[in-house]
Amino acid sequence: MKVVYKKPEVLKNVNFHFCPGCQHGLVHKIIAEAIDNFKIKDKTIAVIGVGCGVFLYDYFDVDSLEAPHGRGLAVATGVKRARPERIVFTYQGDGDLASIGLAETVHAANRGENVSVFFVNNTVYGMTGGQMAPTTLLGQITTTSPYGREFQRDGYPIRMSEMLATLEGVAFSARVALCTPKQLMEAKKAVKKAFQMQLEGLGFSFVEILSACPTNWNMQPLEAIKRVEEEMIPFFPLGIYKERRVSDVL
Amino acid sequence: MEKLFLRGSEALALGAIDASVKFYAGYPITPQNDIPEFLSRELPKVGGKFVQAESEVAAINMLLGASACGLRVMTSSSSPGISLMQEGISYLSGSELPAVIVNVMRWGPGLGGIGASQGDYHQATKGGGHGDYFVPVFAPYSAQEMYDLIIRAFDVADKYRTPTMLLVDVMISLMKEKVIRRFEKRSEVKIKSWAFGKVKEGEQKIIKSLYLKGNDLERHNWKLYEKYKVMCEKEVIYESYLCDDAEIVLIGFGMVARIGKSAIDIARERNVKAGLFRPISLVPFPEKELEAISKKCKKFLVVEMNTGQMVHDIQRVLGKDIDISFYGKPSSYAPTPEELFYKIKEQI
Repeated sequence: MKVVYKKPEVLKNVNFHFCPGCQHGLVHKIIAEAIDNFKIKDKTIAVIGVGCGVFLYDYFDVDSLEAPHGRGLAVATGVKRARPERIVFTYQGDGDLASIGLAETVHAANRGENVSVFFVNNTVYGMTGGQMAPTTLLGQITTTSPYGREFQRDGYPIRMSEMLATLEGVAFSARVALCTPKQLMEAKKAVKKAFQMQLEGLGFSFVEILSACPTNWNMQPLEAIKRVEEEMIPFFPLGIYKERRVSDVL
Repeated sequence: MEKLFLRGSEALALGAIDASVKFYAGYPITPQNDIPEFLSRELPKVGGKFVQAESEVAAINMLLGASACGLRVMTSSSSPGISLMQEGISYLSGSELPAVIVNVMRWGPGLGGIGASQGDYHQATKGGGHGDYFVPVFAPYSAQEMYDLIIRAFDVADKYRTPTMLLVDVMISLMKEKVIRRFEKRSEVKIKSWAFGKVKEGEQKIIKSLYLKGNDLERHNWKLYEKYKVMCEKEVIYESYLCDDAEIVLIGFGMVARIGKSAIDIARERNVKAGLFRPISLVPFPEKELEAISKKCKKFLVVEMNTGQMVHDIQRVLGKDIDISFYGKPSSYAPTPEELFYKIKEQI
């Protein structure tokens, strides 16, 4: 009998705690598949930001370190400098990476730290109950923008993938989504590419994953997926913003 | 054993290298810059890593990452920078990760000034970050102690899996004097079985400070407290100078104690029976030792370069029946030995 599908080996036999329709589980799975693909389970260290993804170590059978809110990439810098032979990734949300940890993110990227970053953008602070995030779309209602985000008062949503792509230290920057099978395939490719960049020592690799948060968006799961397609993707276009090759750094 | 003529800051940095420090991250701030300057030059020669971080916030978190990998790690800063590191110190404590933090004190609050100060005693000893934890703190009073105590700080940090701090006076940091390099051929630090090794060994290792389930958090906090109780038994260091027959004992730490010692010598030359008591470990505080002195001596003069911080600990330990006076200098001008001698004389 031919095996056509199986649970990634690096994932433990436990159920995810995520809300119905949340896409963190899917993001976990594609990262896990990439770890299996490169057979790097025993080499990998996960640096986990504060947010809904904080329990990643309950699901991934890899050495794991919890970072203070926003400090993931400073912590990852310490880990990778101390253990360059290991594969280091951070898992961070939009509040963590793009707001409180923006300085740590930009400077780790600019130093070209050889780590991979998985950035889950769902336009809200999920774990704290749906407050306005730096990526919240204009007009979007959250618990702290009850009249909708307004640029005169709240500024604009931040496009991280484009911003980081301008930095010399960044080897790979891409934005993906998980709404259709095609997008999922692209997302898997991007996550694999991020690890590959690190394995080749090319520098900072960054994948932004647009993700649905039905609970905090007050939506049914399918409605939430539709919102990603219709509202998020037009503002946060999918694609590869930077891809360095080995020959570029020789 | 090599005999050297070094500035306090150089002695400290050399001590860190002899203690096998392998990772330093920091951010420029006056008056501690000669420590990162020394280590940026010397660390790569011994296979260590030096990172100039984008902020003190990032620096302390880089330490968290490197410490989780089992390396001996340190940072240095001065008061405003140490304020920014408090979040990380709290996380290091909660995650039980060893690290050494050096605070070459300057003035606050706010931007304050860059002169000599002891304004950070409370922040250092009472915990500047959130939560229920204790950080061992040592206060050197000579270049030799800068060398010796940084090595001790690394040992204590590893032994208890805790961040430790050196609370340094700028005068001690800048003064050049004789240093005996006791640990030149120090052996490599033991492998830490709890840390991330070169590959995953056996069970997954999780290093974290979040405890949400059941009584886990309470158990964790009591565990941290139990470590502190053991430190109180085993890690207290202090110096008692001519206290046996003293009618008055001057208490100070760091540079005040150094100046105070000269004041005691002046007093003794003039047949004034004065002694000096100097806590070297500020956390754990030498409570029993101070109490023992108060059995014989009933007068104490506490001197600090602030408006009175350690004096509260002295009052707590000695109680209300003991005559404790305080002389504070919240300025960059250190007291002179003569000045302290007159303060002693005023009290008797």
